Amino acid sequence: MLSYCLPPWKGFQSVSGTIFFQQLINGMSLGSLYGLVAIGYTMVYGILRLINFAHGDLLMFAAYAAIYCVTLFSLPWTLSFPVAILMTGLMGIVLDRTAYKPLRNAPRISLLISAIGASFLLENLALVVLGGVPKAFPRPDVFDQVIELWGLRIQVLTIYTPVVTLALLAGLLFIVYKTKAGKAMRAASKDFETTRLMGINLDRIIALTFLLGSSLAAAGGIMWAMKYPQVNPFMGVFPGLKAFIAAVLGGIGNIVGAVIGGFLLGLGEILIVALLPELAQYRDAFAFVILILVLLFRPTGIMGEPLTDKV
Amino acid sequence: MLEVQDLHVYYGGIHALKGARLKVDRGQIVTLIGANGAGKSTTLRTIVGLVKARSGSIRFNGEDLSRLETHEIIKRGIAISPEGRRVFPNLTVLENLELGAYNQGHETFDRQRQWVYSLFPRLEEREKQLAGTLSGGEQQMLSVGRALMSRPQLLLLDEPSLGLAPLVVEEVFRIIQTINKEGATILLVEQNAMAALQVAHFAYVLETGRITLEGTGQTLLMDERVRSAYLGESTQSV
Repeated sequence: MLSYCLPPWKGFQSVSGTIFFQQLINGMSLGSLYGLVAIGYTMVYGILRLINFAHGDLLMFAAYAAIYCVTLFSLPWTLSFPVAILMTGLMGIVLDRTAYKPLRNAPRISLLISAIGASFLLENLALVVLGGVPKAFPRPDVFDQVIELWGLRIQVLTIYTPVVTLALLAGLLFIVYKTKAGKAMRAASKDFETTRLMGINLDRIIALTFLLGSSLAAAGGIMWAMKYPQVNPFMGVFPGLKAFIAAVLGGIGNIVGAVIGGFLLGLGEILIVALLPELAQYRDAFAFVILILVLLFRPTGIMGEPLTDKV
Repeated sequence: MLEVQDLHVYYGGIHALKGARLKVDRGQIVTLIGANGAGKSTTLRTIVGLVKARSGSIRFNGEDLSRLETHEIIKRGIAISPEGRRVFPNLTVLENLELGAYNQGHETFDRQRQWVYSLFPRLEEREKQLAGTLSGGEQQMLSVGRALMSRPQLLLLDEPSLGLAPLVVEEVFRIIQTINKEGATILLVEQNAMAALQVAHFAYVLETGRITLEGTGQTLLMDERVRSAYLGESTQSV
């Protein structure tokens, strides 16, 4: 990653200025990935009041799915990636049906424990079935290109990531705010019982929530795997945790908040490293400090509404 | 149209309905009155499948509803304005109405929306407003209007007058009669016995899970037991 962070500093008078802008772009790129994954956390939380701890592992699932589509079935990436995203979306539904749906009327702590169990299951299943040796992710050449922009040398993947994130966010917001199913989703986030009284099949709405959230996690996982092309069974753990922090920072339950939280967290992490290189080793700690501070001083996050318990 | 027989419902160990029964014929307003905790809301919740009965039968147009899921029961042509209004506060008035017509096509939606707006002009004025910002009376209108959006054969109303100012209560009952005249069959659950009996064709009195009295609205209005038990207080509140 560092190789393309070194700019040929022309066009800028000051070296630090160039590095700063370079890092700003890197931070946005990383942050948009966090945001993409955070959306899934926030959507599931909005409906089930559940932190889906297995969500991060869907990144890993998507990355492996994409690898096997390319290597086993020799599909082109333009087909492999959508197939992997779709498979991960369906995996999200399977996760809900097996780990969460049987506990719909159980206390919330049971759901949480089930989520942690599902996460460990997915990770260790992958370890047994796919092996612990990291696999190289077949990054398509188009994303390898380096372009010069305002005197900066930037890998196109770094640019694509936030663009894809914002496009997916726009699509998601359209679904949630303009379609009937999206309106049912928002209704369900407030009141399950009355949603059912409208003649709405609640299980279908919950399945749709998992489908959308997991598909976005898959898109995030594939871009993550292109950024750090080493895929292993535990690759989803850290991005998952970071995205969870981003969702809390943005205000859990709020979709736009999740993306904003993601951008802020990514920018913060990268800029801390850029501005205070001596703190570089504490990069991951930064995210958790943020989590603790948010939970202490503003538990509803940036855009969250005051917490109300569902009837 | 709707026939409930020998309904037994338990909440945990509590025997909430002990053989409740009632019958609603097409075109009627039937009311179920009774004190707090008598099981009125439980009866409605059991009809729409939110609560499962231990035994007894619920037949709608001859079909047994007791094994169906709530959304399937609603699709059969029943709609409900639940107790406490339960509008979706984070959705606009129009979006609430759209969800009321969730299983309907565009044409039904447009037609029903116009009808609901003609019944409740206030809702049209507030179309774009979040339902959570409406007054209590407006939320009640929205709750009833939302239930009408599916063009139901049978409309269940759970305490539509609860917590409303006397003038608004009068308006709600006037509209219940209008809706009925325009073809909807209504099962009305009310604590405001006086007002409910005045509009009802037929009425049942529910006491601790059992039907203890029944008759036409006018008959029950004259009944000594009803007068002493239910009308003593509620006459002043109308």
